[in-house]
Amino acid sequence: MTVETKLPYDKDYITQFSSDRNEPEWMQVLRLQALEQVDVLEMPKPDKTKIGKWNFSRFKHAAKGDEITSLTELPAEIQDFLDPDNLPENLFIQRNQSVAYATMSEKLKQRGVIFTDIFTALTEHEDLVKRYYMKDAVSIDEHRLTALHVALMNGGIFVYIPKNVQVEEPLQAIFWQEDPEVALFNHVLVVAEENSSLTYVENYISHNDEEETISNVITEVIAQNGAKISFGGVDNFAAGTTNYMNRRGIAYRDATIDWALGQMNDGHTVFENATHLVGDNSSAESKAVVVGRGKQIENFTTKSVHFGKDTHGHILQHGVMKEKATSIFNAIGKIEHGATRSNAEQESRVLMLSEKARGDANPILLIDEDDVTAGHAASVGRVDPMQLYYLMSRGITQTEAERLVIHGFLAPVVSKLPIASVREQLTKIIERKVY
Amino acid sequence: MNVVIHLKKYKLVLGGIGMAGSTLEIKNLHVQIEGKKILKGVDLTIKGGEFHAVMGPNGTGKSTLASAIMGHPKYEITEGSVHLDGEDVLEMEVDERARAGLFLGMQYPSEISGVTTSDFLRSSINARREEGDEIPLMKFIKEMDSTLDYLEIDKNMAQRYLNEGFSGGEKKRNEILQLLLLKPEIAILDEIDSGLDIDALKVVSKGINKLRDENFGCLIITHYQRLLNYITPDHVHVMMQGRIVKSGGPELAQRLEAEGYEWIKDELGIEDETVGQNA
Ligand SMILES: Nc1ncnc2c1ncn2[C@@H]1O[C@H](COP(=O)(O)OP(=O)(O)OP(=O)(O)O)[C@@H](O)[C@H]1O
Ligand SMILES: [Mg+2]
Repeated sequence: MTVETKLPYDKDYITQFSSDRNEPEWMQVLRLQALEQVDVLEMPKPDKTKIGKWNFSRFKHAAKGDEITSLTELPAEIQDFLDPDNLPENLFIQRNQSVAYATMSEKLKQRGVIFTDIFTALTEHEDLVKRYYMKDAVSIDEHRLTALHVALMNGGIFVYIPKNVQVEEPLQAIFWQEDPEVALFNHVLVVAEENSSLTYVENYISHNDEEETISNVITEVIAQNGAKISFGGVDNFAAGTTNYMNRRGIAYRDATIDWALGQMNDGHTVFENATHLVGDNSSAESKAVVVGRGKQIENFTTKSVHFGKDTHGHILQHGVMKEKATSIFNAIGKIEHGATRSNAEQESRVLMLSEKARGDANPILLIDEDDVTAGHAASVGRVDPMQLYYLMSRGITQTEAERLVIHGFLAPVVSKLPIASVREQLTKIIERKVY
Repeated sequence: MNVVIHLKKYKLVLGGIGMAGSTLEIKNLHVQIEGKKILKGVDLTIKGGEFHAVMGPNGTGKSTLASAIMGHPKYEITEGSVHLDGEDVLEMEVDERARAGLFLGMQYPSEISGVTTSDFLRSSINARREEGDEIPLMKFIKEMDSTLDYLEIDKNMAQRYLNEGFSGGEKKRNEILQLLLLKPEIAILDEIDSGLDIDALKVVSKGINKLRDENFGCLIITHYQRLLNYITPDHVHVMMQGRIVKSGGPELAQRLEAEGYEWIKDELGIEDETVGQNA
């Protein structure tokens, strides 16, 4: 594959960038090692989507974002993610690459919970970050974009829940890419120690309909023995951003990771959400909704990889495609040898709203063990005319009837998002994208 | 919509001089589906205050008549007309027909995943109201709850997805729930009694009878006299071969219950009553 490889950023630039942020030396070394690999490694090859011509090299890298003193300074569409009558106690807002706003309850601070930007974490919690950053979940050399991410990482958050701590109130992060030309190489690192639990919800938002840039987001989620993580996300990068988004979870013994992800980007997107069920009796629910529109091309891979015995992976993807949007939905259940009594279930459903939209659902089960159960369901279809007829026979207009059917179709995932205001915001975004 | 608003005003005036309710007038209706002729000239007029029963063996065109009136997308009208208070129903979209005052309780209601029964009901009610004049939430909940009680339906049903996983009887009760909340001028109920146990039959009949007044006309498609024991029809019609072949009063349904359809076929010289045959 030939791709425009010339990066506008070199060794000197990265060294300077890292030094400006007082990063520990190992981090700077890691960045430079990664940079060397960028030219050597191949681009990722998402199944059935050609990304050779996508923009992964035209972008700016650095921008400042001012702090805000009050949440009312935020644009309306971001305020919508927040319930004014019930503001989150634990809220983090990143503007471009700077922290614009950050609060965490005293209670959580006292219990040793960490909820801070990645650069602060690199200095204040260096050992913890070093232990997990690009280690157990994602590797630097998976392909060119993982290496590029490490070389140019310019934002992100570190969430850490100590052993036996149950965080009841959700932690909410908003990544606001205000500058239309600046790329976001965001790194989200979530670590839940033994028998801890948390709910984390993140939102990405940008406004660059015209200007071109990229997002390259890597999210590593580690659930130690017995930990429970509920992870919600709404991605809403504008049409000018080409996205590589990789969210990967590692679940150790008796751990659970539940994902509810709303994929609302308007630009080309390669999306990957995998959970490695490493420990016995670990489980993952991976739910994703997608709305594609315009000439968008997207590739979604949701995956559960079963290593431990008695592991459960359940994948549910629902996509709505309109106009000329094209999407591939790969659902992969992989059961490794030795993962006895494991169960891999998956369901992918695509609803097409126009003749020119394209959708493809690929159920993939890779099973290397006899004593397991697995199931898959996949469908690509259109709005059922009988359903519309039934609704319209009660006086509901065709537009409203379609709206109801589409909402109903997406409801199994939307309803699973852990924060009410985020759920409502996702509903609004869906509304805006579909009509 | 302008037409309909105009129509309502018109009716008010008429109400003053002693006429009430709407009139649905079906004339010489011919319907085909996928090129197959099914209805071959149906004439039937239903006025406010009247209850009509349509009976007839399987496959004779009863559901086709109901579906064609409501505007089911698969049915093609090749001849004839349907008018509601003089307005051409066949020119209207399905939703316009409903807002003009028609209602069809379906033999096989659709299941709609992800849409709660309650949300659906509220959308249906609001569809008949002007924008900005939506039913207040509390008022809606009160009306829905009292109707659920009246029909002895478990309140949880309102929060379940529309018809999804409903038993046959629950689906039928849900159709009547909609009927009572939407209060149409003319309702067509297609086998609303099939699959109902005796208690459900009583409840469903109670619901239908509640609407019985001079402003409400109803066409009941049924196979069984037992429903008509609870809801006495003013007129009974028998369909065969895609037409109404005989009409009478409630005694006609009783005779059908006792003797079946053979005597009608003999009387009219019909050998095969299904729609594939030509009369
Ligand atoms: N969607 C369809 N596609 C093909 N044929 C159809 C369709 N709908 C109805 N028909 C045919 O039209 C004829 C009349 O059907 P209809 O449903 O109107 O009968 P019915 O009188 O309501 O019967 P029942 O008492 O069994 O409900 C039947 O032969 C039926 O098979
Ligand atoms: Mg029928």
